[in-house]
Amino acid sequence: MKILATYNIKGGVGKTATAVNLSYLAAQDGLRVLLWDLDPQAAASYLFRIRPRVKGGGKALIRGSREIEDSIKGTDFGNLDLLPADFTYRNLDLVLDATKKPTRRIARLLAPLSDEYDVIFLDCPPGISLLSESVLQAADSLLVPLIPTILSLRTLDQLTEFIGDFDGQRPGVLAFFSMIDRRKRLHLEIAERLPTERDDVATAAIPALSLIERMAVERAPVAAFAPHSRAAQSYRQLWAEVRARTL
Amino acid sequence: MQTVNRVVVLAADGTGQPTDEEVLAALAPRFSVSTAGRSRTMRRTWLDTFDWRLHRAGLTLEHLTGPRPGELVLTGPGGEIITQRASRLTWPALAMALPAGPVRDRLRAVAGVRALLPAARAASAVQDMRVLNPDTKTIAWISRDRTAVSYPAATQLPARLQVTPVRGYQAQAERVAQVLAAAAGDGSPAVRPLDAALAAAGRRAEDYSNKIDVGLTPGMPARLAMRVVLLRLLDTLQANVPGTIRDIDTEFLHDLRVSVRRTRSALKLAGDVLPAGLPARFRGEFKWLGDLTTPTRDLDVYLLNYHDMAAGLVSASAAELEPFHEHLGRRRAVEQRQLARGLRSARFSRLAGDWRAALTDLAPPAGGRRAADVATDRISRAHRRVLRQGQAITGDSPAERLHDLRKRCKELRYLLEFFASLFDPVAHQRVVKDLKGLQDCLGEFQDRQVQQQEIREFAAQMMTDRDLPATALLAMGELAGQVGLCQQRAREEFAGRFREFASPASERRFRSLTSGVRR
Repeated sequence: MKILATYNIKGGVGKTATAVNLSYLAAQDGLRVLLWDLDPQAAASYLFRIRPRVKGGGKALIRGSREIEDSIKGTDFGNLDLLPADFTYRNLDLVLDATKKPTRRIARLLAPLSDEYDVIFLDCPPGISLLSESVLQAADSLLVPLIPTILSLRTLDQLTEFIGDFDGQRPGVLAFFSMIDRRKRLHLEIAERLPTERDDVATAAIPALSLIERMAVERAPVAAFAPHSRAAQSYRQLWAEVRARTL
Repeated sequence: MQTVNRVVVLAADGTGQPTDEEVLAALAPRFSVSTAGRSRTMRRTWLDTFDWRLHRAGLTLEHLTGPRPGELVLTGPGGEIITQRASRLTWPALAMALPAGPVRDRLRAVAGVRALLPAARAASAVQDMRVLNPDTKTIAWISRDRTAVSYPAATQLPARLQVTPVRGYQAQAERVAQVLAAAAGDGSPAVRPLDAALAAAGRRAEDYSNKIDVGLTPGMPARLAMRVVLLRLLDTLQANVPGTIRDIDTEFLHDLRVSVRRTRSALKLAGDVLPAGLPARFRGEFKWLGDLTTPTRDLDVYLLNYHDMAAGLVSASAAELEPFHEHLGRRRAVEQRQLARGLRSARFSRLAGDWRAALTDLAPPAGGRRAADVATDRISRAHRRVLRQGQAITGDSPAERLHDLRKRCKELRYLLEFFASLFDPVAHQRVVKDLKGLQDCLGEFQDRQVQQQEIREFAAQMMTDRDLPATALLAMGELAGQVGLCQQRAREEFAGRFREFASPASERRFRSLTSGVRR
């Protein structure tokens, strides 16, 4: 079982769209996939039409007083399940803080699922917190969406540095450009140059397309409702590269 | 993960009952139904062992093939489903020969050494539908299934709606199934499609067992009781002939052989109630048949235990023993051909035909003995013989004495089985249990004795054939030593086992059985 987390310190960079589309494509490849929507805003749960509610809330889940398996919901797509968000996830830092070894907690919770799933995607809220630290410790690889700007690159460096300080297992980092605006020359320049200069930046990239925003209307992954679109094609290329480099 | 599916059986067309569209409409307004994809045709093969081990355990196994990848579907007694991808399978097949997966894991313990055979075949037109909640989220799948059975007889089964919950929505799916069942007027538990398919051919599941389940009455003439028992044994014998010839699994031969042995014992122990000359006419032919089956069965016993025996080697490795394994396999192939030839021969057909005709023609003699009297008399005598021979065995007695005692025990056991229906079932069960403990010990002793002799004979044969590397010879030597140790353990155990069997408590149980025969 591999754990892939879509993560960025910044918000609004396409983490959830990535988690939703890549988990769908992984399931289409025949892998058994679970997506855990860790963001209390519950966008991934919404996109799969699943109510953002977990019995006992985040507290019961993190403390282990309820089996994680009992909260999992099947999506409308084969091989793809979702562990929904819950509004109580906003307090997960406090709950984690009250547990022993809080930064190892997510990894411990996911370990029993290893027979059932080939890949687990973690869709994380933005920011650096105890929760994100626990996610980073659990993940085999981080998928980091970047808007092609100089400041975004700085946050990637900050993240890499932060992970470098971890004891023990460190996740691999694979960044990729997201929301590329073709009208902006700087976007195009950075998106073209960086993958050739840095190993941790993927060649595949996701353009800013209205069809991706339309996911919120269709409430489905883009490859499910517009399989031949450019958006779907971009996610397929990204998934192929992620699969080759992380699984 | 296991899912629990619910099945709603719809009424046959033209009965005036609600149609499937009307039944599905009952889900509104809480749920909506949307068709998913085109209707597909699937071929279904229902599988079970010859002795219905799956059905007896409340399991139904289907192999589904069609436009989607093939799948094995195992349904449990509570409707729980385990599935496993499996294309291009050919039947019959042993459970352990199936591709690895959860269905195989579950089946191995149930089917054991018995092969899975097609029990029925059908083609189904299947339409999948989604059940949506107010968020238009799929919470369950319904598949509507119209099935035309082609084997064992052509028949159309009533349409069925199968509700499969999406994970995490079991409660809502359960509600969907309840609404559908109420709308369809389907209050009774669903008949399994396999049972319906068999019924169309005038058959039922579990119509084979190697048990002598006959209903005798105490007052019936003993000759007629023996006729019933012997005909039942002949039925079992003949039922196992095709499977033995095709070599489907080892238990066809086993059951066939047990029927022959039981028949021979019946002729020996109760042959006097049959017309004079009849037992003598058939005794020799049944001995021929028994002898015909021995070599293959001995090799089967070896091969069935082979992996356990090889795993027990300490000095040699299992790989070193492999030439022996191959030799056993080759010998078995030769013996099996010989056996099949014998069972296809005119001699066998004549034996079976003549025996059936002779039994069918039997009429009760005037003033003959009653079944109950013959049963108690023979069982008491056989019991006394076992006690007498057993008490004469000491630590120095040769192996042959234990072998003879084993035969006496078998005779007693067979008599108990022939006449079981005349006795109180609980008392009967207790007595059989007492005897079984002794039989197991004697069986282990004798089997190990035979195995040791055979290892020597096989080794000599392999040496002659220049087929035996030195390492294999050493491994076989170690194997013979191990088998010898097992035999020794059984011998040591014997005195205790016999003491238990001959104990006053056990004797009391025997007396209470024979004196309590239903009058």
